[in-house]
Amino acid sequence: MSRIQTTFAALATQGRKALIPFITAGDPHPDLSLPLMRALVAGGADIIELGVPFSDPMADGPTIQRASERALAHGMSLRRVLGLVSEFRRENATTPVVLMGYANPVESYGVEAFARDAREAGVDGVLVVDYPPEECASFAATMKAADIDPIFLLAPTSTEQRYAEVAQIGSGYIYYVSLKGVTGSGSLDLDEVAQRIPLIRQQVGMPVGVGFGIRDAATAARIAAVADAVVIGSRLIEEIENGDAESATERVTTFLAGVRTVMDGEAP
Amino acid sequence: MQMQDLPYNLPDAGGHFGPYGGVFVAETLMPALAELREAYSSARADPEFKAEFAYELKHYVGRPSPIYHAKRWSDLLGGAQIYLKREDLNHTGAHKINNCIGQALLARRMGKPRVIAETGAGQHGVATATVAARYGMECVVYMGSEDVKRQAANVYRMKLLGATVVPVESGSKTLKDALNEAMRDWVTHIGNTFYIIGTVAGPHPYPMMVRDFQTVIGEECKLQMPELAARQPDAVIACVGGGSNAMGIFYPYIPFAEVKLIGVEAAGHGLNSGKHSASLTAGRSGVLHGNRTYLLQDENGQVTETHSISAGLDYPGVGPEHAWLKDSGRAEYVTITDDEALQAFHDLCRLEGIIPALESSHALAYAARLAPTLARDKLLLVNLSGRGDKDMHTVAEASGIQF
Repeated sequence: MSRIQTTFAALATQGRKALIPFITAGDPHPDLSLPLMRALVAGGADIIELGVPFSDPMADGPTIQRASERALAHGMSLRRVLGLVSEFRRENATTPVVLMGYANPVESYGVEAFARDAREAGVDGVLVVDYPPEECASFAATMKAADIDPIFLLAPTSTEQRYAEVAQIGSGYIYYVSLKGVTGSGSLDLDEVAQRIPLIRQQVGMPVGVGFGIRDAATAARIAAVADAVVIGSRLIEEIENGDAESATERVTTFLAGVRTVMDGEAP
Repeated sequence: MQMQDLPYNLPDAGGHFGPYGGVFVAETLMPALAELREAYSSARADPEFKAEFAYELKHYVGRPSPIYHAKRWSDLLGGAQIYLKREDLNHTGAHKINNCIGQALLARRMGKPRVIAETGAGQHGVATATVAARYGMECVVYMGSEDVKRQAANVYRMKLLGATVVPVESGSKTLKDALNEAMRDWVTHIGNTFYIIGTVAGPHPYPMMVRDFQTVIGEECKLQMPELAARQPDAVIACVGGGSNAMGIFYPYIPFAEVKLIGVEAAGHGLNSGKHSASLTAGRSGVLHGNRTYLLQDENGQVTETHSISAGLDYPGVGPEHAWLKDSGRAEYVTITDDEALQAFHDLCRLEGIIPALESSHALAYAARLAPTLARDKLLLVNLSGRGDKDMHTVAEASGIQF
């Protein structure tokens, strides 16, 4: 069983839901990325989503774009992100790491080389935001052959036919985008989420995580009541931004632990 | 591959031109693009839509635009005869309006009351604001904050036309960032908003749709050249940033194997300076803004900042159909530096009494390079895609003159 499957299976037996924090690798500085990953685990992360910075993050809001720009200014690259994951793996063999980013850095690296090196580094899943299923059949197959889960997005606007396409090509879990907009925007419709998730889960046969627009513990808990995982990104990056870099790890652990407590308390 | 021997029927149903094009966007945009594809495919087949488009082009834009034989300039160059397709005479002063009218009519047909656009120098923004005023639509234009500063007159023009101009502060604060921001607006307001992309790039169906709306340029040339010069040209020359004016004039000539198609990219300060916008000449395949195409990028796949004296060519990507035309060999792509373009700009002003846009000046400069190498009975057709009134400030600055 993959690390991602093992994680969801273990949580299911405990009646808990996965907490998936997102940070951008290299933000605020590459030297802080490994300490921040440790801080996420200390705060209760079940899976870590690691953003691969890109110069033109079209689907992200201003917060994650700023994080990307800070990381790139410090010379972060896909190659260095893989190095970071290897370092993390030396000390943590259980927490799954999912890379999230855009197609161009991966294509520039070379898909075959990326699959090989990502597997070597201990990457568990890859979500390429601008690879919809119709453009990446061969990419997804290459990832699967390297035992890496190709993870896909579904949105409130996705049709049931999209569910089927994503179920066929993806694995690991589904990332449900909980609002119409970019990452970090504020108009989350909880009722809509509650209605959609059971339907999606039934059709895709994978755990369903929800993200985009989750900004506090209470919302996370309400999402956790219906979904299998809660993804928190922009809010966490704001936590990193608001204060000095050295104490960012403490702020991240404190914030995430707060979410974890409320989430576990209210999850069924 | 000998494409000329085959019927040219691209893109495929998924929007691919060989390995290029496609739909590389986040899931959140997929349904909006599906809706657009469906609406465009029904409009494209509807004689009433076509008639309305033609009516607007004739009575609002002033089409057909003439072809002009630049005889003095040709004589002075001492070789091939240069003919200019006068898109500079269109309403709003460039070819951009053709596409904006098409997309605005489509937006109206789809019941979308709000249009958005990205703009670099402001030409596409002005054209979009113009058609929004014409059809009574709300209009928001995204423009890099650097460009807002450099193009104050066009910002004011858009405001006069009733548009809201939003300065974009992210990234390099130029065209590509404005495009990112417009995409974000679209994904957030999908229900009531139509995104009018200004060039033959972006996710399918944009490259095809914008090309289709611009092919009126080449279709007119096909009729006008035999009338004026008794035959079709030996070469068609157009500047390429995103590449919409070039696709518009090239496309109808693709089946004419004897007509050379030449796209001219901006070499800025020179290809070796790193300060240029020559994606096809100096870039490699990549994915940006919803399509796979040639892209200027660093070794890590990060999109690099570009330079050209003409803001309209200052873009790191290029329309995917140009990528395909290059690989297949049907079109040839060359480069012209800032200085060469400026020289052609001044020559056309002095010798023909036409002030060309700096973008179009790149095509003119290549024609000036090519003409003396050819016999006097050879015909070069250059797309004069826009007029240069907007460039007064830039040209004056380059000549060390202050207003």
